[in-house]
Amino acid sequence: MVFRTAEPESPQLTTRRSFYVRAINAMWAAITAALAAPALIYLLLPPKLRKESEWVEAGDISKLQPNVPTELVFRKNRIDGWRVISEKTTTWAVKLGGNEVVAFGPQCTHLGCAYHWEAEKSQFICPCHTSIFSIDGKVVSGPAPRPLDRFETKIENNKLLLGALHETVEPGE
Amino acid sequence: MNRLVKTVSDWLDRRTGIETAVRNFLYEDIPASSGWHQVFGSIAVFLFMVQAFTGALLAFNYAPTPGDSYNSLRYILTELTGGRLIRGLHHWGASMMIVVVFLHMLQVFLYGAYKKPREATWMVGVVLLLLTLAYGLTGYLLPWDNRAYWGTVVATQIAAKAPLLGPYLSRLLGGEGAVGVVTFARFFGLHVLLLPPATTLLIVLHVYLVRKHGVAPGPGDEARPMKKFYPEQVFKDTVAIFVAFVILFVLALVARVPLERLADPTDTSYIPRPDWYFLFLFQILRLFEGPLEIIGSVVLPGLAVLALFLVPFVDRGRMVRVTKRTFAWSVAGLAAVGWAGLTLAAVATTPAPANPVEIDFSEPTDWMQLSPQEMAGIGYFRRENCAACHTVGEGGNKIGPDLTTRSIRKSGAWLIEHFKRPAAMVPGSSMPPIQLSDAQLNSLAAFLLKLTPRNASALQNAPDFAVEGALLYQQNNCGACHMVNGVGMKVGPPLNGLAKRRTAQWVERHFREPQVMSPRTIMPAYRFSQPEMQNMIGYLFALPE
Repeated sequence: MVFRTAEPESPQLTTRRSFYVRAINAMWAAITAALAAPALIYLLLPPKLRKESEWVEAGDISKLQPNVPTELVFRKNRIDGWRVISEKTTTWAVKLGGNEVVAFGPQCTHLGCAYHWEAEKSQFICPCHTSIFSIDGKVVSGPAPRPLDRFETKIENNKLLLGALHETVEPGE
Repeated sequence: MNRLVKTVSDWLDRRTGIETAVRNFLYEDIPASSGWHQVFGSIAVFLFMVQAFTGALLAFNYAPTPGDSYNSLRYILTELTGGRLIRGLHHWGASMMIVVVFLHMLQVFLYGAYKKPREATWMVGVVLLLLTLAYGLTGYLLPWDNRAYWGTVVATQIAAKAPLLGPYLSRLLGGEGAVGVVTFARFFGLHVLLLPPATTLLIVLHVYLVRKHGVAPGPGDEARPMKKFYPEQVFKDTVAIFVAFVILFVLALVARVPLERLADPTDTSYIPRPDWYFLFLFQILRLFEGPLEIIGSVVLPGLAVLALFLVPFVDRGRMVRVTKRTFAWSVAGLAAVGWAGLTLAAVATTPAPANPVEIDFSEPTDWMQLSPQEMAGIGYFRRENCAACHTVGEGGNKIGPDLTTRSIRKSGAWLIEHFKRPAAMVPGSSMPPIQLSDAQLNSLAAFLLKLTPRNASALQNAPDFAVEGALLYQQNNCGACHMVNGVGMKVGPPLNGLAKRRTAQWVERHFREPQVMSPRTIMPAYRFSQPEMQNMIGYLFALPE
């Protein structure tokens, strides 16, 4: 708290007094800064873990029918603070024309609900706020701000390997 | 701008009276003799706030359960930027707070500032001192390393020995049976949930009482005009706080606070010691043995606390100059000498760690420093041909990851799961499962956890006879009675330095006919083949002293 100097008495007293006040404020400012800066760094900087882009095996693609999205369930390691946990996660994988396999992140890009494929309508539908995505992940309608996120993919011996999850940028708009 | 500030603060003051209250607080009259000797109370309050702040920051990344607490603290220290500094501030802040609270009490004692009508202020202060010590006691356990664990084992055992109340105290601290999850939860609850509000409340009461009676005047102050608390005394307090803070900050930056090995209740070699401010109590306890122990554990400390409470009722004379209070000075001097003597005695009698040569077994520089289990791990590492796929620190480009940089970041449990089902832990891994028993996998994991880029080649240079000897040592479970490099039990003699004590012929005959060589030994006979015998003795004789 900063206090103004009180009523002036004599010029000499005033200078000593304002010296005290300025010194008090300066020292408290220094202490506050020396505590606040490390605290902010400690809370805001990410942990120093090395980034490991590990490829995770999601499943066998030989079973995928062309243009039929299939939900694949697989286990993935995640660094959770001081632990490494192995957790179940899913992807909607679809073989689009030719041999390209696309794997979508399992969450709607609006608020993170789990969406699903409706075979009759040939659309991905999110039950929360009825965002609708086409088979290639583009937004058809609803509040979703961007197309479905996609995993980096790699195929080895018919096994689908997934890398990092990326946002898809709407092409040419 | 200034006018806006004034409008806002006037508005606030009319609604809340905050500015008037602060003004009343700051423009308090204090005696003419007030000065630098009265800064310690302010420093203590400041340090308490630093402890609360850094404690909350630590709690944001801390898991309050045994085991996890250790891992999360290690995460704070190694993974988070500034984590080491925050922990350093909290650790050194605790020590400093004890020093400052003592200095504050000493000043009040020497000046006789506790006299009528300030007896209650003094007694609340004594309770605050005890609370400060309680923080030290409970906080000591929270890192859950060996130091924390063994220190708390001793502390709870002392509490259990209190007359009448012992069993109840022990149950209250959850220390009945053994120090475990319940003790940990109790200590954590006390340290972060109960003590802080209690301390805050008592500090408020303490300061209220100081204000109610005014700062204690010295003799002759009645004749002199009063001074104002602000700004001169506030300036002095602030300078003192600033100096204390700079010291604290430098300590936190420079003096690394160790995190020892994870608490190990089977570690028989650990020498438990309390933190420095409890060493004198620890030493008093040693002076009284057998049935007299209770004098050191309960009676003397109890009397000391009682004496502190009674100080203002014993000394009821008028205020005299501090320099004329010879008796108070003598009492304080005697207490200081006694405290220092006990503390020094405790430090002097702390035996050096089991091994006289200082070897850091937690980060070995050579294979001789590995535990038998880790040495046996080298054996399995070679048998399973791990180096065919993994590089071990020498660079190169093999299919598997470098084990010196990776394995040390994982836990033993993770490694063992990974050995059994490689792809489950590292999806996509093409590593085949290792077909070994759990004990053997434990060995392998123990070895891998010790690998660093610096010691990789030295560890891999372990000669075959030593590795085979260590495998034999593990298979026969020698560690159930013997200790090597600080690991194992002390039923039989520790085996480091055996080469100095015995000849190879003696040891060989001892293996075959233990009772002949050392009558009354409980060691069974071992019928090793000749090559086995040579490996075993070669290994034992190669151990550091």
